[in-house]
Amino acid sequence: MDDKTPILELKDVVAAYGNIEALKGISLKVMPGEIVSIIGANGAGKSTTLMTICNVVQAVSGDIFYRGECINGLNSDHMPPRGLCQVPEGRRIFPRLTVTENLEMGAFFRKDQRKIKEDMEYVYELFPKLRERRKQLGGTLSGGEQQMLAIGRALMSRPKLLLLDEPSMGLAPLIVKQIFDIVQDINKEGVTVLLVEQNANLALQASQRAYVLETGKVVMEDDAASLLDNPDIRKAYLGE
Amino acid sequence: MSKKIWVYLGVGLLWFLALLWPLLGIKPEGLEFGKTFTVWIRVALAAFIIAVFYQLQQKGVFDFVGRSAGTLKERVTTGFEAMPNWIWMTALLAFALVFPMLTGRYGHDIAINVLVYICLGLGLNIVVGLAGLLDLGYIAFYGVGAYTYALLSVHFGIPFWLCLPVAAALAAVAGCIIGYPTLRMRGDYLAIVTLGFGEIVRLLLNNWMELTNGPNGILGIERPGYYWFDFSNGFSIQHFWIRDLSLYYYVILGITLFTIVAVYRLNYSRIGRAWEAIREDETAAELMGVNTFLLKLLAYASGATFAGFAGAFFASRMRFVSPESFTFLESAMVLAMVVLGGMGSIPGVILGCIALVALPEAFREFELYRMLVFGGVMTGMMLVRPKGLWPAKRMGKRSDDSD
Repeated sequence: MDDKTPILELKDVVAAYGNIEALKGISLKVMPGEIVSIIGANGAGKSTTLMTICNVVQAVSGDIFYRGECINGLNSDHMPPRGLCQVPEGRRIFPRLTVTENLEMGAFFRKDQRKIKEDMEYVYELFPKLRERRKQLGGTLSGGEQQMLAIGRALMSRPKLLLLDEPSMGLAPLIVKQIFDIVQDINKEGVTVLLVEQNANLALQASQRAYVLETGKVVMEDDAASLLDNPDIRKAYLGE
Repeated sequence: MSKKIWVYLGVGLLWFLALLWPLLGIKPEGLEFGKTFTVWIRVALAAFIIAVFYQLQQKGVFDFVGRSAGTLKERVTTGFEAMPNWIWMTALLAFALVFPMLTGRYGHDIAINVLVYICLGLGLNIVVGLAGLLDLGYIAFYGVGAYTYALLSVHFGIPFWLCLPVAAALAAVAGCIIGYPTLRMRGDYLAIVTLGFGEIVRLLLNNWMELTNGPNGILGIERPGYYWFDFSNGFSIQHFWIRDLSLYYYVILGITLFTIVAVYRLNYSRIGRAWEAIREDETAAELMGVNTFLLKLLAYASGATFAGFAGAFFASRMRFVSPESFTFLESAMVLAMVVLGGMGSIPGVILGCIALVALPEAFREFELYRMLVFGGVMTGMMLVRPKGLWPAKRMGKRSDDSD
């Protein structure tokens, strides 16, 4: 592995729900160490892209490469051991497991008990709120805490590439800022992040590069900074 | 507030009358009103008295009782909690061991029934309570276990103790066979399909004359044997057949204890945690690296294993099996025990089994109304204790040190 091989590459990926094509040939690349975001309107296929990468939605055609290895058709449960972990849309924590148990589920495939303990400490340091609530059931947490728990749970798998689906969904601006700061911190620790966001402004500020999706197709890709300056983008997604 | 209650009571009683009269009043000889009204007036009186008491309680007349009962309850619970668990376990185990000496044939019979259902309930608890897969055809595995022992015993004379693991293994295989095609489905669809498979197994047993002797069932199944010291002519070890009901009791007690320990170990293992994650959110579990298909299949197979044990014992105890013992109603009963007791909770399921097997025995006179009472009790339970008699214990609740 050198820095020239993309950690994730999608080549012309098509995915469909029944007869409805949600992705009509998506190609994108994520290089190691980057934060890349995918922005777009509702129904553009952002979440489907992430679900297709993890094979929860099966790709009809096209190839998905993870660190040079073709991973399409590989069962979803093989992804976390390879260092590819997703924080799904709407958090999807385990509501009737405690916070600690939720975090342990993130490290489900790992056997190194001692290191799991260390990683749990790391997550608790990242999100002190979670430590306070460690014995509570996940479902009793507030939305922001649940998002932290979902991210923490994914971190417990020691990901190399973290797929984040709408971390800002339904959260107060202050909490969103907190979570985005932490995503930056995680990235500085060496985790590559692929971020899907409805909130384009936020996503573009947090990332280095971005892809713009429209009805299942990539319509634009550029540095985040130039997209922020792009008048079309400003009009369509930044509400100006 | 208080007026509302009387209105509700009146409407409820009228509704009850409307339901009751067709049940009691319409007879082949014609319509009858007297009996309906005597029953209805009694119920109405009872409801009225309860309502009056409720009103008084709302007004605070009984507060002094509640307060003293509250402190008493508190003292008792703290007393209980202070005692370590093993004391309870030992006491219960000791009671279970001496139980046959305290009761007669009738008591043994009920206790054996309870224990069989505990095995079934704990097995189903894995599938429904832990993995969250609604299985309405669970009794099929019980049937597979029972017929396995019945056939092996009648045709090949293989002893009970050898057949016991075989029956469990075959039930597990049946679990996998049924699970493999069905587990791709989720929720309601899975429930319907398992219901169908349960019926398929029953119909197979009913119609495959050459193998199962159809509705006539299989007769002459051998009892379990055991070796014991014989002092009649000197000292030797002899083989005996279990004839005494109390010995049957110890056999099923052993099987039940094995089941409890096994389910307990599973419950608190990695596998148990994964099952719970699947129950909570299947997609999320998969994204965390849980092989959901394999683990669901495992839940099915291990649930079926315990049903297989119980089935083999059932066959040896009755010495007769017929498809009638494996109807949908039995599946529903076991499911009711699990739900009533508390899904996912081992002591809960045990309590649920005792409640639904032993209590109907205690109220034998009202046998006709059993199903009516069942329905009422289940409805009441779901209103008062929706998580069951003894809910699965989690460390939930907001932590004290938080804001």
